[in-house]
Amino acid sequence: MTLPGFPDAAPLAGLAGGILIGLAATLMLLGVGRIAGVSGITARATGISDSGMSRSSAWMFLLGLPLGAAIVAFMSGGLDAQFASPVVLIIAGLLVGVGTRVGSGCTSGHGVCGVSRLSQRSVVATATFMAAGIATVAIMNGFGLEVLR
Amino acid sequence: MIKRILPPLLSGTLFGAGLALGGMTNPARVRGFLDLFGDWDPTLAFVMGGAVIVMAIAWRFQPRMAHPLFAEKFALPDRTDLTAKLLGGSALFGIGWGVAGLCPGPGIAALVIEPASAAIFVVAMLAGMLLVRFTERSQ
Repeated sequence: MTLPGFPDAAPLAGLAGGILIGLAATLMLLGVGRIAGVSGITARATGISDSGMSRSSAWMFLLGLPLGAAIVAFMSGGLDAQFASPVVLIIAGLLVGVGTRVGSGCTSGHGVCGVSRLSQRSVVATATFMAAGIATVAIMNGFGLEVLR
Repeated sequence: MIKRILPPLLSGTLFGAGLALGGMTNPARVRGFLDLFGDWDPTLAFVMGGAVIVMAIAWRFQPRMAHPLFAEKFALPDRTDLTAKLLGGSALFGIGWGVAGLCPGPGIAALVIEPASAAIFVVAMLAGMLLVRFTERSQ
């Protein structure tokens, strides 16, 4: 199924993927009693953060991310992906690392878990990183910067 | 022991599968969504919408449970204050997200899809996180 006016969009796959992510976050909340926030769990697993779930639990969650992606890639016969050059990835990674720690979360913790809880902090954080991301892409496109290869 | 291993592993696996199925391990999809004023791709809105709807239901169950199914107690954020750090950090994260089309979850999940590129992003992200840790500790 395609979306009228957006031939490249994948609304059904997107919705199905979103429901899986919601179930994953539900299991983390109702099963483990924690927020499924990837940046926080990453900091916890690596010892960058001292608080949160047990480090073994954090590592298990992180291990599951590529495992789940690998299962989907295997079942669908490979996934398309276009990535930026190493220099761009380093700049972006540094910004994402600093920003998620200072801002206490990312798309999963604030965007999915916090917004669905109607947390004031998460709604504001999500609006902020969405706006910043949209502005960044608009400015880069304005300068004709094509980063994905 | 098994309770500390299986639920988070299953959660992470479902999460990674959802990201991949929704196209979020492809930075082109993510940047397509952020390209609101250009060739907009609304797919990410469906991913986010699906996840938020399911989680909104989960949040209705949570207060009715004495404790989580596989743990002794809930440990959830309770802050409500809007701070400059929250706004500034989120803005920096959003800029990084827009630059390469990657946030932490898809970056880690993509380690099996485009290993070299994803690894560069993840290592840089960890360096950024460490930088914050050392900066905050020295204050």
